[in-house]
Amino acid sequence: MNGQPSAITVFIASIIINNILLTNFLGMCSYLSISKSVRPAAGLGMAVVFVMTITSALNYLVYDLVLLPLGLEYLRFIAFIVVIAATVQLVEMVMEKYTPGLYYLLGIFLPLIAVNCAILGVSLFMVIRQYSFVTSVAYGAGSGLGWALAIIALAGLREKMKRSRVHPALEGPGITLIITGIMALAFIGFSGMVPV
Amino acid sequence: MSTIKAIRKNVTLSTIRRGIWDENPVFRQVLGICSALAVTNLLANTLVMSAGLFFTAAMSSFTVSLLRKYTPRDVRIMAQVLIIASYVICVDLAIKAYYPEISATLGPYVGLIITNCIIMGRCEAFAYHNPPIPALLDGAAAGVGYSVVLLFIAFWRELLGFGTLLGHQVLGDGFARWTIMVMPPGAFFMLGLTVWLFRSLLPPERRD
Repeated sequence: MNGQPSAITVFIASIIINNILLTNFLGMCSYLSISKSVRPAAGLGMAVVFVMTITSALNYLVYDLVLLPLGLEYLRFIAFIVVIAATVQLVEMVMEKYTPGLYYLLGIFLPLIAVNCAILGVSLFMVIRQYSFVTSVAYGAGSGLGWALAIIALAGLREKMKRSRVHPALEGPGITLIITGIMALAFIGFSGMVPV
Repeated sequence: MSTIKAIRKNVTLSTIRRGIWDENPVFRQVLGICSALAVTNLLANTLVMSAGLFFTAAMSSFTVSLLRKYTPRDVRIMAQVLIIASYVICVDLAIKAYYPEISATLGPYVGLIITNCIIMGRCEAFAYHNPPIPALLDGAAAGVGYSVVLLFIAFWRELLGFGTLLGHQVLGDGFARWTIMVMPPGAFFMLGLTVWLFRSLLPPERRD
């Protein structure tokens, strides 16, 4: 695989070592606003895993089969964002028709995901790192899982924190960012577990 | 005539003030912080990124406002995203051409200006309902408000993490580098502390 890490390595690494949120800081907006309790955080996390896996596959195909042969790489931002928005819309419609249960669980989060920068970030990273198709999909799925793991962990911590007294100016985003910093420190402990 | 001018001047000033301080995108609304965290380990990267964001925010607000009468309500979000994306492509190509090394270190974060909620937020909340010139100012002010906080964070991260400023050695050889400041956790701590500092300067009733 000409020096490329294998798909499994990339998958595991993107969950815990190169966590898209804790080391690449992507998807912070929804991470901060929807992490007050575990249930919605888990719903959003699942929706992100789902959409990220699909869009990383689709964007790889669009980039490799359409943009590269035509020499239009610089249009990738527009192409990717259109693919993501269309996928989210399509997924929403399909889910509403065939899996209403899942739709009610994830439905309200889907429109939010279209503007989640982690989704676009995954597509841009996979192009820059020149992953193969299988590796890209593994990277998309792993990053989604890593993001979900981080937001669920934070929501759990914030539920416990409701009873603690925090300085009024530090409440909300301030303390959340500092907790995230401590989480990121803990995740650094995983580095070196898998050779990346 | 002079009163109208005075009122205009007042509106302009309040628009700018709102973007930079009253509704500062980073520490008041906590928006668009992905890039605030990712690019602030070096002051030079932050300067380039801030310039890109400033340009994109101002120009997309201006364009969205120009086209506001011709954009149907249902597709306005898509139209705004495409307008923003076109300006981001300009910024990306410009940075690649003039600062290739910085472009390589910034990686995908220039492209991620597209999904930066600050720009979308200003287009949707202000530019879509207002004439072009105030919209341009509003976008520019949000861009400046964002850049100021970013540069503040980058200043401390580079100073404490590398002992340098813009690549020049500032602290003496005896200084032990705080490596943690240039690693991801340092970014979270620094932004958390910055939000804390700026919010504690605000009167309590306006902290939300």
